[in-house]
Amino acid sequence: MRSKIAKISIAAIAVLGLSASALQADTLSDVQKNGFVKCGVNTGLPGFSSADASGHWSGIDVDVCRAVAAAVLGDASKVKYTPLTAKERFTALQSGEIDILSRNTTWTQTRDSSLGLNFAGVNFYDGQAFMIHKSLGVKSALDLNGAAVCVQAGTTTELNLASYFASHGMKYKSVSYDTTAQVRNGYESGRCDVMTSDSSQLHALQTTLKDPSGSIILPQIISKEPLGPVVRQGDDVWFNIVKWSYNAMVAAEERGITSKNVDQLKATTKDPAIKRILGTEGRLGENLHLKKDWAYNIIKQVGNYGESFERNVGMGSPLKIERGLNAQWKDGGLQYSPPFK
Amino acid sequence: MLAFLRDRRVRGYLFQLITIIGVVAFLWYIGVNTTHNIEQRGIKTGFGFLNSTAGFGINDSPISYTPSNSYGRVFLVGLLNTLIVSFVAIIFSTILGLFVGVLRLSKNWLMRKLSAAYIEIFRNIPILLQILFWYNVVLRSLPSPRGSIDIFGTIFINNRGLYIPQPALDATVISVLLSFILVIVFVFFLNRWSNKRQEQTGQEFPVLPVGLGLLIVVPIIGYFVGGANFDFSYPHLQGFNFQGGKQFYPEFIALAMAITIYTATFIAEAVRSGIEAVNKGQKEAAASIGLSSYQALKLVVLPQAVRIAIPPTINQYLNIVKNSSLATAIGYPELVTVFAGTTLNQVGQAIEIISITMLVYLVVSLVVSALLNWINHKMKIKER
Repeated sequence: MRSKIAKISIAAIAVLGLSASALQADTLSDVQKNGFVKCGVNTGLPGFSSADASGHWSGIDVDVCRAVAAAVLGDASKVKYTPLTAKERFTALQSGEIDILSRNTTWTQTRDSSLGLNFAGVNFYDGQAFMIHKSLGVKSALDLNGAAVCVQAGTTTELNLASYFASHGMKYKSVSYDTTAQVRNGYESGRCDVMTSDSSQLHALQTTLKDPSGSIILPQIISKEPLGPVVRQGDDVWFNIVKWSYNAMVAAEERGITSKNVDQLKATTKDPAIKRILGTEGRLGENLHLKKDWAYNIIKQVGNYGESFERNVGMGSPLKIERGLNAQWKDGGLQYSPPFK
Repeated sequence: MLAFLRDRRVRGYLFQLITIIGVVAFLWYIGVNTTHNIEQRGIKTGFGFLNSTAGFGINDSPISYTPSNSYGRVFLVGLLNTLIVSFVAIIFSTILGLFVGVLRLSKNWLMRKLSAAYIEIFRNIPILLQILFWYNVVLRSLPSPRGSIDIFGTIFINNRGLYIPQPALDATVISVLLSFILVIVFVFFLNRWSNKRQEQTGQEFPVLPVGLGLLIVVPIIGYFVGGANFDFSYPHLQGFNFQGGKQFYPEFIALAMAITIYTATFIAEAVRSGIEAVNKGQKEAAASIGLSSYQALKLVVLPQAVRIAIPPTINQYLNIVKNSSLATAIGYPELVTVFAGTTLNQVGQAIEIISITMLVYLVVSLVVSALLNWINHKMKIKER
């Protein structure tokens, strides 16, 4: 018996010694080897990431992952989704459980600089707001003194809430839950008077209430919430791929390339800028360690940023969110891709 | 060279040594690998975060807490909440468990079947489901603050919790509390004295009636001695919610209730098995020397039954402490929810925070088990 233990421990040491050097950060090779992108998404937020009855994921956050899969593997459907709560998301990314975190995550200085993470862009400019039961007759966030507020634990929302009430000399009772669904249920069952979250989330959640017209979203926006995809720090090749996959969607909209006209444009266009994006000219794909048609695949299979926006959260969806800050820079918005040169 | 390997003792030591080296090497490898990965990914490490401002609110805090306090304070709040809910659940599940366990052996058919049904139902449903069930039942069935259930205008029940008047900590309250403690200590010593006297002279002293009498009379005297002036803070509706009084939150009530009801089934079974394990011959022997059935229970059966019931009950107390971490499903702010949950997510230092949390549970469990093992040891039959 004892000799058996000894043998096992010797074998264990040998195996561990060999594998000690095998842990290197090369996400691109891993993804190519696996044949799919591991993507962390919200557990269920209509318009951003939600699964339908057949388990098919869709949403503006999901589209970022699909774009990366299209760029790297040539097939937007090669994504494995991992639904994560706000509390789980960073650990999942840090530990390598997922390759991209695309889960309405706010870009903050602390997260960018102390968690070993990199934010690859902003796919939705948002701000925090309050939703309240109409029956309470409140018209402004400044009348919320003493309210019980439902909020998701471990979010920037939770921090903004505290500082907003403190800076206006008001008191509140926080009721914090792990998941968006719990927050919504807490609000609906009356555990709290008000629910706070990013404005877009509130619009999305309002559509899921039993009586959507019984609640209103107060006009005050109390914070800046730039939401975007996140990757691990220290893998610049992968960081570039995610960043430019997203930029390709924005640039495509700017240049008027859509999933409908991309084939025709690829064949006929004389515009060198469009040619560079579609890979018929230049070596932008090579620079990213990808094939020439990486951006073509994104636009063909996922669509440009405007298409994704309209389909998931815009006027073509139940959420009906205006473009606002998320319009192209030339239309007065903040969506802006650095040049494809 | 190999000759000394034939010695069994040498071989024994050698293999133990190799095993130790193996374990140490394994732990060392994990440590080095972790540090390496953390450094490579640029994650900040250290315990400095405990001093920085938390910035988020906690609804249910036994000590004063505001969002401008530090993460260290958050840890303290979480720890205290864990201890409070565990303590409450231990007390109530012990009382309920004793009660049901004794009823399980009752001669009354209905009582026996009812307690058996209770045990079988609640023991076999996962505790997490029970927590969610009580939370949703408590919450959903109750009215909003403006339509609160009102008991004599002083106690209010609504979906934000249970509100009761809270006495200010003045002379009257202190003297009443003191008289309670005094009576309990006195009864404890009275019981010891009466047991001794019975051993020596065979005479019985009615400890239970006297004790109960004192427990009613002395605090009343204490009330008048202390100035007969209760200064209550009454709950009242102001703005959105009730202010003043003492509030018990639905998260706390649901958690404490679920754990109590669940764990009491196991304690009841421990009590029942303890009583049933005492040999029938012991009762018969007691009867044959002329003890009444009450005397037989108190002097012969119970002392033996308790010894058998203590070890499994200790395990249940440990389970209560650990199960309290399921609070995270309903947002009661105990250690796992606010520290291993919210704090971890705000500062992202998983290794430090998870280590602290695991250490806390380890220490609490070891303390509880050491304490109760000591009691178990004291209660053991002394073999001479």
